[in-house]
Amino acid sequence: MMNPLDSIWGTIISGFVLAIVLALIFKTPM
Amino acid sequence: MEFILGIERWIHFLAGITWIGLLYYFNFVQVPAMAKAAADKDGPGPAAIGKYVAPLALVWFRWAALVTWLSGAAYLESAPHLSLVDAFLLRGGSQIIGVGAWLGTIMLFNVWVLIWPNQKKVLGMVPASDEEKNKARRVALLASRSNTAMSIPLLLFMGASAHGLPF
Repeated sequence: MMNPLDSIWGTIISGFVLAIVLALIFKTPM
Repeated sequence: MEFILGIERWIHFLAGITWIGLLYYFNFVQVPAMAKAAADKDGPGPAAIGKYVAPLALVWFRWAALVTWLSGAAYLESAPHLSLVDAFLLRGGSQIIGVGAWLGTIMLFNVWVLIWPNQKKVLGMVPASDEEKNKARRVALLASRSNTAMSIPLLLFMGASAHGLPF
């Protein structure tokens, strides 16, 4: 299986997915 | 206090842009350019990039990473509404910036523990066999790509600490 980090687009998409996941986890009133 | 805080934020932005700018240079420019140069049998090859460009880029890259972390930690300690401990424990009003601080800390670890020692082998700054070089190249690339991916949520959370998350 190919590592998504081998492709620059895989890296960017992974980053955005990580951002959304973290934002949903930490979506708390400030 | 406001003055110190402003200076710390300013240094943090300057060093952070230097660090992440060079990270993007490595990932978006140097790595693909070196692969292209290595594949071009009639061309000048990637040797000059490895000898003159990459070592200097790595100097600015790794020290900017350290200055970014230190100025960020200093800022968290001196800002009245934030705390370094709360940030790393993801507590209270420091929770959002804490997510960014964790990502930045993992990235600093990757720079100094995975990228820099392995790049020294790849660039021939320390002796290494061809097999060791290939392994080092793989570890350094994956750490560098991980940092590029992590920089995306990092910037979201750093900005969101003062301005809120977009969703």
